Amino acid sequence: MNIPKELRYSKNHEWVRVEGEKVIVGIDDYAQSQLGDVVFVELPEIGSIVTCGDSFSVVESVKAVSDIYAPVSGEIIEVNEVLGDTPECINEDPYGQGWIVVIQLKDASEVNNLMDSAAYQTMLEEGENS
Amino acid sequence: MKNCKSLIFEISKPGRLALDLPPCDVPDCAIDSLIPSQFLRNSPAELPEVSQLDLMRHYTKLSNRNFGVDSGFYPLGSCTMKYNPKVNEDIAQYAGFAEIHPLQDAKTVQGALELLYNTEQYLTEIAGMDAVTMQPVAGSHGELTGLKIIRAYHRAKGEARTKVIVPDSAHGTNPASATVCGLETVEIKSNEDGSINLDILRGVVGEDTAALMLTNPSTLGLFENQIEEIAKIVHDAGGLLYYDGANTNAIMGIVRPGDMGFDVVHFNLHKTFSTPHGGGGPGAGPIGVKKELIPFLPIPVVTFDGNQFGLDENRPQSIGKIHSFYGNFGIIVRAYAYIRSMGPDGLRQVSEDAVLNANYCLSQLKEVYYAPFDRFCMHECVVTAKKQKPYGIKTLDIAKRLLDYGYHPPTIYFPMIVEEAMMIEPTETESKETLDQFIDAMKAIAQEATMNPEIILNAPQHMAVRRLDETAAARKPIVKWKV
Repeated sequence: MNIPKELRYSKNHEWVRVEGEKVIVGIDDYAQSQLGDVVFVELPEIGSIVTCGDSFSVVESVKAVSDIYAPVSGEIIEVNEVLGDTPECINEDPYGQGWIVVIQLKDASEVNNLMDSAAYQTMLEEGENS
Repeated sequence: MKNCKSLIFEISKPGRLALDLPPCDVPDCAIDSLIPSQFLRNSPAELPEVSQLDLMRHYTKLSNRNFGVDSGFYPLGSCTMKYNPKVNEDIAQYAGFAEIHPLQDAKTVQGALELLYNTEQYLTEIAGMDAVTMQPVAGSHGELTGLKIIRAYHRAKGEARTKVIVPDSAHGTNPASATVCGLETVEIKSNEDGSINLDILRGVVGEDTAALMLTNPSTLGLFENQIEEIAKIVHDAGGLLYYDGANTNAIMGIVRPGDMGFDVVHFNLHKTFSTPHGGGGPGAGPIGVKKELIPFLPIPVVTFDGNQFGLDENRPQSIGKIHSFYGNFGIIVRAYAYIRSMGPDGLRQVSEDAVLNANYCLSQLKEVYYAPFDRFCMHECVVTAKKQKPYGIKTLDIAKRLLDYGYHPPTIYFPMIVEEAMMIEPTETESKETLDQFIDAMKAIAQEATMNPEIILNAPQHMAVRRLDETAAARKPIVKWKV
């Protein structure tokens, strides 16, 4: 399982890359492997306001349709239009080409509520053993 | 030949005929003297031209590629693929049922109305409700009808209740129906065994609660023991309880949704009451309601004044019509035939045997597959591929390998709260020998997983087609002939 050290993680398996006052958001390697081949991504409107924990996108795979939850609060300022034609980016490169949105942070300190890679790894391992 | 990849159009040869028509015994007229020219086509229709033998072989081959419960064991969890007794078909073909017209005067179709009326009475008794409508034509359609009735009930009381509480283990149709009905879904997290977390439920009910939708036994095939407490919490908040009847095959004659506190219940006649299923059915999703909700039932309502059966359209509080005429009447005839054939004791035995068969499967399968819930199940059981995971085998692979063994796979990846779930519903109609053969196949696959996982990963090997690229089918569907 690839869990890049420089990212932050939510318990719902979203990752966050902090770039100043904004964050890039996607779903992580664990989530994409659990979902299986992604066939459709419903993207939010640019300019929409999300609150941490809200569903802002829907990812459909051959197995299931899953909500994607905002790991932080703020405004959606960019969406990854490429996913419209090539949703497989989420499977092939979840931390790169498979990013989903960029959120302008409402409160930069909210990022601190997310797990670092070590804490996230521990959560995954505990989940495996339960 | 086995693959039969040609369409009927592709085996067409000009001039071939499947049938010689007899000489015309009425005067021959030019077609343009009968039909206005703007309605006539300019070129002849491209109909396939084949001999009768080619025609028969083509469709016989296609039919042989179909798989139904008449061809083999079909343990598709949550779907109740039970055997449909053929007497149902005989009864449905009776001229008095098959050759009547829905616009006939009620006086001339008293038998058909009596059958509708009686079926309503039987379902009312089975569910412990006060009235039933036979009009909805699918389980999801029953859900929509039930929610519309619930909404109309709250509105009539002057209450704006818009939230429908749905557990995360629910059938996907529950939140979908709520949304279609213009209501808002509130999803609540279940306990790990799929039961309702009472604290979370207490936290979300309120004056905006329209209803809680619940499946009991749950979608994990486990009975929700806290149902009386759940009903109290929802009713105290002013909401109603909706019973998703997908799993009714587990409870007939044993426990009734009405007695559990439910206000609305739907049945799937194509699951529990042995009417055709799959390939579009057609289905039937009648709903039962408690007496406070009767004024809102769809019209027309079948009535009986002690002498004559009739149809009542004059019901001002009704939600209106939700289907043409009276629902899928021919299907209701089949369910009626089933209920009358089985009788009350027979229906109870159906549920007892369905539960027994599922528990037998679970007891045998948990030796080699991980069983997340170590307790008695109801009419279906959940096992997972957790023990096979170290060998690189997923639930999907096991499902594909079952095809090689001649079985329809169980439901997979549902309920979604169980990782790598396989949901097995054997139904009451299977013999112990059939169950043992299926269990042996499942054990053989578990053995293959450790010895020869490649054979599972490359399954199916013996079907007309090998493993299909489901991803490409979803990402780049080809939806027309001759691209």
